[in-house]
Amino acid sequence: MAVISYIQAVTQALKEEMQRDEKVFVLGEDVGKRGGVFRATDGLYDEFGEDRVLDTPLAESAIAGVGIGAAMYGMRPVAEMQFADFIMPAVNQIISEAAKIRYRSNNDWSAPITIRAPYGGGVHGALYHSQSVEAVFANQPGLKIVMPSTPYDVKGLLKASIRDNDPVLFFEHKRAYRLIKGEVPDEDYTLPIGKADVKREGSDITVITYGLCVHFALQAAEKLAEEGIDAHILDLRTVYPLDKEGIIEAASKTGKVLLVTEDNKEGGIISEVSAIISENCLFDLDAPVKRLAGPDVPSMPYAPTMEKYFMMNPDKVEKAMRDLAEF
Amino acid sequence: MAENRHKSLGLSDEQVLDMFRTMLLARRIDERMWLLNRAGKIPFVISCQGQEAAQVGASYALDREKDYALPYYRDMGVVLSFGMTAQDLMLSGFAKAEDPNSGGRQMPGHFGQKKNRIVTGSSPVTTQVPHAVGIALAGKMEKKDFVSLVTFGEGSSNQGDFHEGANFAGVHKLPVIFMVENNKYAISVPVSKQLACEKVSDRAIGYGMPGYTVDGNDPLAVYEAVKAAADRGRNGDGPTLIETVSYRLTPHSSDDDDRTYREREEVDEAKKKDSIVTFANYLREQGILTEEKETEMNDEINKIVNDATDYAENAAYAEAESALSYVYEE
Repeated sequence: MAVISYIQAVTQALKEEMQRDEKVFVLGEDVGKRGGVFRATDGLYDEFGEDRVLDTPLAESAIAGVGIGAAMYGMRPVAEMQFADFIMPAVNQIISEAAKIRYRSNNDWSAPITIRAPYGGGVHGALYHSQSVEAVFANQPGLKIVMPSTPYDVKGLLKASIRDNDPVLFFEHKRAYRLIKGEVPDEDYTLPIGKADVKREGSDITVITYGLCVHFALQAAEKLAEEGIDAHILDLRTVYPLDKEGIIEAASKTGKVLLVTEDNKEGGIISEVSAIISENCLFDLDAPVKRLAGPDVPSMPYAPTMEKYFMMNPDKVEKAMRDLAEF
Repeated sequence: MAENRHKSLGLSDEQVLDMFRTMLLARRIDERMWLLNRAGKIPFVISCQGQEAAQVGASYALDREKDYALPYYRDMGVVLSFGMTAQDLMLSGFAKAEDPNSGGRQMPGHFGQKKNRIVTGSSPVTTQVPHAVGIALAGKMEKKDFVSLVTFGEGSSNQGDFHEGANFAGVHKLPVIFMVENNKYAISVPVSKQLACEKVSDRAIGYGMPGYTVDGNDPLAVYEAVKAAADRGRNGDGPTLIETVSYRLTPHSSDDDDRTYREREEVDEAKKKDSIVTFANYLREQGILTEEKETEMNDEINKIVNDATDYAENAAYAEAESALSYVYEE
């Protein structure tokens, strides 16, 4: 098993899927010659040529909409939004079109497109290069939203997304791109979309989170272990539709649940997780379900003081975990 | 006798008669739907009336065995030309389970039928434009020689998806025919408040493609323009923008009252140019539409529409719980 970075896992998944299936192609801004502004498509242009690694005009609705058209025809487009913050012009195509094509045509048509986008903060990206946008899409049946935390999950889930016969939004944490490294098998594999993953077994408190925050929780858990607090950590991996069974099992296991996201607190993924727990786990709970999230302000500010204040980090997670354990 | 205009386009007498028959069928189905709506039997109608010539003229210029159609909600003439039947359309009007467009999930006018390459559409206007570009892109990648025809109204030509899609197709030289059915109104708002340029086709130059404006009441003029555009597309010369100018003869929909924003005289004047009248006159002058043929055609269409109505009215609705199916692949 090789150790690779989070972004290398993206590139490898794309490359191997394009080698496996001629119908897979990549389109987006700067994905061709430049290999993407983050270099996620590095080397693909040289290997597969400009027809399969398509530099598009700067117009997000067309990137999504043209991809959807190609997908309806029978191709496997992987569209890149340069930043998740810039997906907004494509929302009509994603919500009114991709999400509803199978349903509205009574299963006659489908749109197997994957839309990748880097999200998340902590990179001095300010308001429009830091956002978490998953909540915008997470009440749209017909869509699937994948937000992996490790290179292993990235590669297996991106391959699964490309092979999936329904539209998938694949959000990659941009700070994780080079920060997070991990072991990835040499052979071809996929991971199931819609399944959460236990990243740490524990018996005192449960942390349910996704994306980069999984690592913050894991770091905090190691520290707390020295104090005798044993944390159970569930990585949602797919934030829509949610793995209800996995959530109920993890919450019931310890009876004390902390939900963590770097998105705003209100109306987000963890709010839905909280609702699932309250509907199903009342008699297993030993403490109120706690949410730890970004503040309810429009987005992450630029100045380091304010960015740090907004951004999730291991210390914030550790404190919240300790408070819950002591409840 | 008036000049024969169809022979030089390569159209036989039988073909132009068939075009007229499809136009007339669209009109009669549409008229029946209004009656059913006013009788309280179907909740909603949105019309093709006044645009049949453009719709049928364009469709007949394509290869209806391999080309793709991405119609908008008025395009009954397009979908009939591409193989949808009167019964299919009535099933959609009545929202019955057998409706091939959506199984009764969508309002009428939201066409889609994969076997005939009629691509499913929605209500937010112009979203189908990038889809047509994507299908053409896929065809180019797969080295196929089909073209995609996407239609929309002049109001829709203000939407970002039109501009983004047209630009994409222009840059990548894709075989897309963008056809604007200019019927002079976007619900109540006239063209003068929609466009600052004289013609919708003026917008083509910005996207590196030719733009043409043709008489949308003349199926032969539309046929000629779309045929040339299809040839361009198949030859690898890229997209074309075609504007067909006609008039919306009905209110926007069964829920609209056009008396609140336009004069009756204007509508009456437009009716004089109605293609169902003018093209019939042309065919009569050419000796193609004889009295006998006309009676036969009217009787046949009347029967088709009656049978379709009866069938659809008596067909079953989808089971209530089937609302849960096909959110994802099953």
